[in-house]
Amino acid sequence: MSAYILRRILSTIPVVLFVMIFVFSLLYLAPGDPAAILAGDQATQEDIEAIRNQLGLDRSFPVRFVEWAGGVLRGDFGTSIFTREPVTGMILQRVEPTVSLMVVTLAIALVIAIPMGVAAAWKRGSLLDRAIMLFAVLGFSVPVFVVGYVLAWTLALKLGWLPVQGYQPIAEGILPWLRSLILPAATLSGVYIALIARITRATMLEILQQDYIRTARAKGAAGHTVLYVHALRNALVPIVTVVGLGVALMISGAVVIETVFALPGLGRLTVESILRRDYPVIQAIILIFSFVYVIINLLIDLSYTLIDPRIRY
Amino acid sequence: MTAQPPDPDAQFAAAPERPQILAPPPQRSRGMAMLIEHPTLWIGLALLVLVTLMAILAPLIAPHDPAALNPAFRVKPPSAEAWFGTDMLGRDIFSRTVYGARVSLIVGAGVAVCASIFGLAIGVLSGFLRWADNIVMRVMDGLMSIPAILLAIALMTLMRGGSVFNVILAITIAEIPRVARLTRSVVLSVREQPYVEAGTACGTSTLGIIWRHIMPNTLAPLTVQATYICASAMITEAILSFIGAGMPSSVPSWGNIMAEGRALWQVKPSIVFFPAIFLSVTVLAVNLLGDGLRDAVDPRLAKQV
Repeated sequence: MSAYILRRILSTIPVVLFVMIFVFSLLYLAPGDPAAILAGDQATQEDIEAIRNQLGLDRSFPVRFVEWAGGVLRGDFGTSIFTREPVTGMILQRVEPTVSLMVVTLAIALVIAIPMGVAAAWKRGSLLDRAIMLFAVLGFSVPVFVVGYVLAWTLALKLGWLPVQGYQPIAEGILPWLRSLILPAATLSGVYIALIARITRATMLEILQQDYIRTARAKGAAGHTVLYVHALRNALVPIVTVVGLGVALMISGAVVIETVFALPGLGRLTVESILRRDYPVIQAIILIFSFVYVIINLLIDLSYTLIDPRIRY
Repeated sequence: MTAQPPDPDAQFAAAPERPQILAPPPQRSRGMAMLIEHPTLWIGLALLVLVTLMAILAPLIAPHDPAALNPAFRVKPPSAEAWFGTDMLGRDIFSRTVYGARVSLIVGAGVAVCASIFGLAIGVLSGFLRWADNIVMRVMDGLMSIPAILLAIALMTLMRGGSVFNVILAITIAEIPRVARLTRSVVLSVREQPYVEAGTACGTSTLGIIWRHIMPNTLAPLTVQATYICASAMITEAILSFIGAGMPSSVPSWGNIMAEGRALWQVKPSIVFFPAIFLSVTVLAVNLLGDGLRDAVDPRLAKQV
């Protein structure tokens, strides 16, 4: 058991190392000379050389990589070439809206998708099943920003039920915070719902054919007890796996949704940094999102034994 | 008097006529049968043919030059003159949308083909060469741990300056791991089949095994996968252009038209909505085609998903 945990944790090291080398190469190969940009327009050649020497930009690739990686592990992502502030500080300011968006999205997705998937499997082949599966195909086909604009146009702009754009920090009250997040989170949850509903339906279909389900019915357990206690409990492992893999969709979606709804989060910072060609910031965001994704999936892998005690290593 | 040689056919009883209990099944071509049994297949195909025709015939359909500026006729709502209205520079949105189909289809198809070819090669390589397997799969894991859009953004900023080629390249790299993993899993399972072992025992070369046994088995899942990759590439291209990391803004792609309409969407939603509808319908068409193909080539998968 502990040997498995150790092995699984060690197995993420090559992945993390690959991502770090990849992301570092991005900055290393990026067009433009950061020293010249930092030095400004009036700098002489000597000034630029001095900055380059001070930042260590004149050293070789491996040396710079090790120094940079050491900084990253200490939480230092370097200096923005646009604002000239430390990247770490810029990122910390933007974390709250993104984390809030993802938490609310995940909550909406789970609450809607799992009952949808269960219902579709229960009433297999019915009109309800077809409608739910059609929704799932639409969820994969309609890009997030399209859903975002449609929802914002109808619910916020025309009906005035919710704020059109902008973010209210959680410190200013739960309710305004939630109101500012409902539209973007509902938008972002679309693909996620499609993904989770499909896997829930597929797994439930398989489980509902098992002998112990028939036994449970035979002994007179109520329909919903069989569905939610006997069947869904056993469908959790694939569902949780897909929830973890779907985090990548959520991260990708956040980049777009924060732009549509003007949320000052990491996704918005990504887009701003692309337009400013602020490579250290882009680099840091990609690295952080990838780490988060890898760690979430690591935790999910390790949680299998808790979810399903039959799984042993 | 010579005896007649016995009739050679006489010793064989002729098979009796087959009793006409059941009418012979109607002989339909396999392609037709597939289309009739899987409605999503032909709905998707029909929509896709329409969009493709629109892309090919764009110069005939579009009433205006998609790049023609008309400063006197800026940000107009849809009218008889400009069906979808005009944008901030007075360009005709209908014409731009029609031309946008070209970018979307080229990127979708380009990525689907390139990712399939490279993914197939990498998957076969790593399924056959045990020493390469570990390294290749770790690299694929690494690529997959970067969310696809961020990976594409990273590659686009690196290549500086968007072009159709760069966009296809960036999205292809982000999509290759999915194909490589799929191919590898097929290779690993097929390689253990008795008929493949028999082939190896009879002296079939590795290339022969790959060509005759592995390829036919990968074809079906790979085709299905390729359609999904095509759909996701179209969305990724639109997102890249929308956030300013994709096509140069002079190219009329659906993502670019929406990016230009972003600042004005609250007052003039038509600029965003028309390309959005076209993009959604096209992606839906490709996804329906994929679902139909999946059900047609592998009924087991149809039950699962």
